[in-house]
Amino acid sequence: MTEELDAGLVAQQIAESGQVSEPEGKREVGKARRRKEDSRLLTGRTTWTDNIQLPGLLHVAFKRSPMAHARIAGVDVSAARDMPGVVAVFSGQDVADEQGSLPCAWPVSDDIVIPDHPPMAVSEVRYPGEAVACVVATDRYLAADALDAIDVDYEPLPPVLDMTEALTEASPKVHESGNRAFTWNFAQGDIEAAFRDAPVLIDRTYVQQRLIPTAMEPRAVTATTDGESFTLWSSTQIPHVLRVMLALTTGIPEHRLRVIAPDVGGGFGSKLQVTAEEVLCLLLTRRLGKPVKWTESRSEGNLTVHHGRDQIQHIALAAEADGRIRGLKVELLADMGAYLMLVTPGVPLLGAFMFNGIYKMDAYSFDCTGVFTTKMPTDAYRGAGRPEATYAIERVMDELAAELNLDPIEVRRRNWIRHEEFPYTTVAGLTYDSGNYEAATEKALSLFGYDKLRAEQSDRRDRGEPVQLGIGVSTYTEMCGLAPSRVLGSLSYGAGGWEHGSVRMLPTGKVEVVTGTSPHGQGHETAWSQIVADALGVPFDDIAVVHGDTAISHKGMDTYGSRSLVVGGMAVLQACEKVKEKARKLAAHMLECSPDDLEFVEGTFRVKGTGSSKTIQELALAAFAAHDLPEGVEPRLDADATFDPENFSFPHGTHLCAIEVDTETGMARIRKYVAVDDVGHVVNPLIVEGQVHGGLAQGIAQALYEEAVHDAEGNLLTTTMADYLLPSAADLPDFVTDRTETPATSNPLGVKGVGEAGTIASTPAVVNAIVDALRPHGVHDIQMPCTPERIWRAIR
Amino acid sequence: MPRIAVTVDGIRYEEDVEPRLLLVHLLRDRLGKTGTPVGCDTSNCGACTVMLDGKSVKSCSVLAVQADGSDVVTVEGLSANGDMHPMQRAFHEEHALQCGYCTPGMVMAAIDLLREDPDPSEEAIRKGLEGNLCRCTGYCNIVRAVRRGAQSMGQAVTTP
Repeated sequence: MTEELDAGLVAQQIAESGQVSEPEGKREVGKARRRKEDSRLLTGRTTWTDNIQLPGLLHVAFKRSPMAHARIAGVDVSAARDMPGVVAVFSGQDVADEQGSLPCAWPVSDDIVIPDHPPMAVSEVRYPGEAVACVVATDRYLAADALDAIDVDYEPLPPVLDMTEALTEASPKVHESGNRAFTWNFAQGDIEAAFRDAPVLIDRTYVQQRLIPTAMEPRAVTATTDGESFTLWSSTQIPHVLRVMLALTTGIPEHRLRVIAPDVGGGFGSKLQVTAEEVLCLLLTRRLGKPVKWTESRSEGNLTVHHGRDQIQHIALAAEADGRIRGLKVELLADMGAYLMLVTPGVPLLGAFMFNGIYKMDAYSFDCTGVFTTKMPTDAYRGAGRPEATYAIERVMDELAAELNLDPIEVRRRNWIRHEEFPYTTVAGLTYDSGNYEAATEKALSLFGYDKLRAEQSDRRDRGEPVQLGIGVSTYTEMCGLAPSRVLGSLSYGAGGWEHGSVRMLPTGKVEVVTGTSPHGQGHETAWSQIVADALGVPFDDIAVVHGDTAISHKGMDTYGSRSLVVGGMAVLQACEKVKEKARKLAAHMLECSPDDLEFVEGTFRVKGTGSSKTIQELALAAFAAHDLPEGVEPRLDADATFDPENFSFPHGTHLCAIEVDTETGMARIRKYVAVDDVGHVVNPLIVEGQVHGGLAQGIAQALYEEAVHDAEGNLLTTTMADYLLPSAADLPDFVTDRTETPATSNPLGVKGVGEAGTIASTPAVVNAIVDALRPHGVHDIQMPCTPERIWRAIR
Repeated sequence: MPRIAVTVDGIRYEEDVEPRLLLVHLLRDRLGKTGTPVGCDTSNCGACTVMLDGKSVKSCSVLAVQADGSDVVTVEGLSANGDMHPMQRAFHEEHALQCGYCTPGMVMAAIDLLREDPDPSEEAIRKGLEGNLCRCTGYCNIVRAVRRGAQSMGQAVTTP
């Protein structure tokens, strides 16, 4: 085999090509290709789940608990059954014999308690919005009407809202077993020695407020059956995992169940779930023999799409007098909400390995307690565990700098892993394969105009101006490319971390790529086409990418945790290599030469030193016709491949935020935001930049705007977009983004993942900037979101 | 049940509608115009924005009966002879969409913004799009797309 077919060499070629972006270049990888996906999205020819129309389609609506915690004394659905258009009404009790518990796939510890989680409550509701009954009607308006006629007799129980109180003996219980869901801990190094007589001790408590992910597309489910087989369309990120879990949950055999994720309008982790509504729609179509559809309203979604974050972090850092870190202790309370959903308990564990950030230290301990409360369960939300960890360490690094009167950049420099020290095994046990924190930081400082802004800050302070300037830094890394299957196994996760790709040359020379990843805005159709175009030497436009249908894409672990390119893109590349190997054998047979005598250049196999050649398209046709195949070669040029990464990937970067804070009103306005991210090699710079922008918006929103708020009775007050403040175009600045490229060494593409980087990095950068602005006023911390009122109160 | 006549993307429809039926549900569920999605129930997100007699409206906040006698243009009616509207093209060129769910409404709002201000500043664009929420893009590329759309549409801004 000649070397140009080798995946490693592809990576090397990419490495040599550097940051390619000229559109006229032959190589597709590195090019800022406009997206293939855009046309249908821009012209309204999209297939959202709510667009699915089937003959005889019935509409489902859910009666939801108005209380956080109550015993259900009775549910009377009789009046609703007589309403116009109503086909059926069921209470939780009516379907109790048929509904399985919703799954939790991540039993993190031996002491974990996984409570039974019926899709509709039977005897007790444990969070506001929990379903207690459902209506099936001929029209969505009539289904909603009938909800009012359902009479539920609730006996209120005390809510459980505060995690610390929930762990006391006196607390009311969410479940009979108590409010402790699990404990999980580990330690590395001599933590006691690190803290004994430490010259500098920083001890802080940070609160990660509860967030509502708020993908723009509300969740939707459509289910149908022909009596034997079932088809479920869902606005899900995880059609493959969902199919397995629904089979286990509903008793519908897996081979009789097809799950389709059509165009999905955003996820951010919130659609990484097996939901009550999916389970119940299957149950309803099975019972009624008719297709059913449920589409949530936004206010329903705010109540019942799993929430994110919600942790109390006690973090203590011991350091030398010069700022070098000795050790770090983290004690975490993580709010599980009322139940453990698909990966609820695993989210804080993903952070466990990242609290040490990019810094060297000798000792580290992590203790986590998962706590049940009477709130919507939490689960993965953009970054899942890593934003929380990064926030804590990056806030503490600023406190360390302030304590020692050092520049925040300097204190980081004294502690970070240097470029020449990679690969580096961290105190938390991960091996960071590559990184260059100096390069990213230098670039960011230069783009930001750091010294000039520091000078302006100093001037404003000296003059006592009402509008103060704050500068915040975040030098982050994260853990992407989830995940090596063996690592997931060691953490008790219920599935692997491999990904699948299938590449099929069609008889006409076009290429069909089937991927196990399931995009919802990330542009896989474009990026995967770029990878395949280079690998097979076929035109970008001759490649179509298919995804999100278990009947077509038979293997996959889906899209979350910035894993798609790092794992799924690699699987596609490996499938291309297999296709080329097969094509090489066929070409050698047809050209009557040894496979070793062939070179593959831009889609053509040439016999070295002669004019004889076969294009890969000619070979695809010959493999289809199969008139004369060499021994052992099966018809058609196609191949499947799975890729299981050997390690995670570790994007990193430096973000800088300048914020103007009006000390008289508390208003904070971002003046400049610079993000320099290192996501390894870049397949499509346009998509990378877009992902960074969107991530920044979400991370900044946690810092400044978003919070799920409950009242003393446990009612969610932020049920609508009028109450839960998403930033608009008017609230955010133009971002300055740039990159450094330090290739990952753990995959031949050298890619690291980008989906979560902006979110992870930006929250601490913004809050550090606000605290920096207010330090002269004696402010050392401020609770997120940093609203004008909170800032105003902090000053006083 | 009132009977209304409404022209949608150039085709005249006569429909018997319940007085409470929202325009967006008439478009989506009755007329099959599923290009206009629904993102919220409080008219905050703007995903369902369409043109009603030349002005952008959130079609979740208009009753179908209020559209009686009106001319509605949805994102499906923006393209002419298979060519995308300059604003649609600008969104594509500037990578101003990711999941695309907010995009039809965003494009409609952008076109209407230019009707009132053919040459808007960045600040004017940001303010003008305040009623349309996007969760994917962080808005930078949307703002750029509106600028590009304004340039390609020129001074003689055409409403669809």
